Amino acid sequence: MTETSILQLEKVVKRYEKKVALDRVSFSMEKGSIFGLLGPNGAGKTTLIRIITTIIGADEGQIYIEGEPLNGEHPAYIGYMPEERGLYKKMKVGEHLMYLAQLKGMPKLEAKNALIKWFEKFEIQDWWHKRVEELSKGMQQKIQFIATVVHRPKLLILDEPFSGLDPINSNLIKSEIYQLHEQGTSIIFSTHRMEQVEAICEHFVLINQGKNILEGNVKTVKDSFKENIFEIVFEGVLPSAFLERINIIEQQATQIRLKLDNSNESNSMLRFLMDNSVKIVAFREILPTLNEIFIKQVNQSNE
Amino acid sequence: MNKLGLIIRREYLVRVRKLSFILTTLLTPLGIALFYGIIILMVLYQGDEVLKIAVVDDAGITDSLRTDSVGNIVFYTVNQDINDLKSGLKTSNYDAILTIPSISDPYVSNMAFDYFSEKTPSFDTQLIIEKWLENYVEAHKMQALGIEKNKLEALKTKLSIDPKPIDETSKDTASSISAQVGAGIASMMSIFLFFIITMYGSMVMRGVMEEKMSRIVEVMVSSVRPFELMLGKIIGIGLVGLTQIVIWVVLIGLITLITGIFFGVSMLEMNGGNSNLPNSAIGMANTADMETAQLVLTEIQRQKWGLIIPALILFFLGGYFMYASLFAAVASAVGDDLGESQSLTLPIMLPVILAFYLTIFIVVRSPNSTISVWASLFPLFSPIVMPARMAFNPPIWQVLLSLVLMIATTIFFVWLSGRIYRVGILLYGKKASFKEIWKWTFYRN
Repeated sequence: MTETSILQLEKVVKRYEKKVALDRVSFSMEKGSIFGLLGPNGAGKTTLIRIITTIIGADEGQIYIEGEPLNGEHPAYIGYMPEERGLYKKMKVGEHLMYLAQLKGMPKLEAKNALIKWFEKFEIQDWWHKRVEELSKGMQQKIQFIATVVHRPKLLILDEPFSGLDPINSNLIKSEIYQLHEQGTSIIFSTHRMEQVEAICEHFVLINQGKNILEGNVKTVKDSFKENIFEIVFEGVLPSAFLERINIIEQQATQIRLKLDNSNESNSMLRFLMDNSVKIVAFREILPTLNEIFIKQVNQSNE
Repeated sequence: MNKLGLIIRREYLVRVRKLSFILTTLLTPLGIALFYGIIILMVLYQGDEVLKIAVVDDAGITDSLRTDSVGNIVFYTVNQDINDLKSGLKTSNYDAILTIPSISDPYVSNMAFDYFSEKTPSFDTQLIIEKWLENYVEAHKMQALGIEKNKLEALKTKLSIDPKPIDETSKDTASSISAQVGAGIASMMSIFLFFIITMYGSMVMRGVMEEKMSRIVEVMVSSVRPFELMLGKIIGIGLVGLTQIVIWVVLIGLITLITGIFFGVSMLEMNGGNSNLPNSAIGMANTADMETAQLVLTEIQRQKWGLIIPALILFFLGGYFMYASLFAAVASAVGDDLGESQSLTLPIMLPVILAFYLTIFIVVRSPNSTISVWASLFPLFSPIVMPARMAFNPPIWQVLLSLVLMIATTIFFVWLSGRIYRVGILLYGKKASFKEIWKWTFYRN
């Protein structure tokens, strides 16, 4: 456990009647980072989050928040937006948020001031006295987000935050996530949608069938999974000597995707093409998407 | 404010502020009062038409110098020929003609009186006329037989059985009326507790289901412990119930007071109206009623309210917490379908209903029978049965034992329900079976 980790799990185990939901899951999350919790549906993500949020207890293993073993005080520092979202329909929006903020341990006045700021920010001041049920689904999502972050949590846990959001609200929440990140909030972002993790997260852990099968920095992992695949966009005709020698993955009129044995070959290949009067328009290395890595790893671990 | 306090506050306020709550709380007593008011008015209704009856008294038993009036009926003793009266009835002031044949034999036991009118007299009118006639016939017979009124009165004896304990040291003696009053109080208390447990228990159940179905519960339990949430809900709704009961008691008290004053006056007026009848039968009935009422009142006052009320409160609290927590546990195990809850609530409702019937059919009639004693000790029944038995002075050790057993069971049930609840509320989808629910209680936290 290091000073810089906000959350650290050591061999966390959770068993249900017959199924092992979490099997010795360990990882550590750096303070201030955006951390992706990846896994297919039913991998144990929600169980893991429920353990971190103290909703349920682990059967074995240790969990540390800023180096301290997880205890009853910690939920006040955690903001959790579950995948299954909900609010008390009959309550007025303002009262509802006050209630949730106070349950997180905020004094009344402080809660009110913080909420007023959020209402101003989202320009929804006139919602305060509205009943939750009067709001549209998208509006309720905003309220839910405010409820999650109003007590300025050190650790923010978002379970599938963009599911059911329209593109406008989705972008709004995304920009709020970045702002909180800039302010130093550590964010766990749980999803099965890899492209979102790729776009947002710095680090991630991949869970399948209760086990973590991959973890690390998004860029490093992608690098380590690269297969020396390159894409060339060109004008002219590719010399047949070239086509015979290389490993073509995909070929179109002005574009070719190929696999090299060694990444160092890229320069000599380009030089060869240029010497043979092929005009190079673009050249880039194709890194595997997390999705590809994910599917590969999941298939491997399921075998 | 701590979290439990916050939860209780929300659960309380959100319900008390509801329009439906305000309406039921204020309108129920008014509705009940209105209902009884209408019934009383219907009973007292005498018709607004004055019925004038010409009495042709061949027996000479009525006083021809006076006109009697009972309610809306006025009796005029006339000295006219019956046939003249009949032919001129339409144009005369009278609505009907009543004939009294001469009474030759004072020992006659059946008499028929002719009544002529356009309309058949109503049942009430017939009763009043019969009563009116009866008084005069009785007075006539007494005279003819030479019976003095006070001698006749002397024949009537009011009897009552007055049970006395064999052991003279026992302070409390019971009378026949005390048994009836006890039964009355007992039934009322068991009805009251039955009503409380089912009504507010199901309110807890609805609350839990709503929380689970709207998915707010997962946000909630990331801030508070599930047990706190459950307890807060139960206490909050319990307070809602108390608020409602207090308002009802106050309102019903006020209404009774107001109607009491109102009807008290009208009762006096009625008696005044009848006072010119000799030997007023209605007046007599009233005095008898008054005596009984007086006895009932003293009997009610004789009850050990200093003991009954605290016991009632304790049994109310115990019963409410016991059943409300079970309702909460069941609600947590129900899936998204409201209809599914029924098969799970039935096993909870069963003991409540059973206890209620036990009280009404057995405990009230034989409060110290073996069944009554055991039922009042059995914790699932005792919150309803024991308060009912309290009206019959049960041995104090039984009350205490029943309380101890109930409190222990309540604590156990609240604990057990908490364990079911914490698992149930996080499971979405299908309804759990009892077997599964039982297993949940063994889950580690």
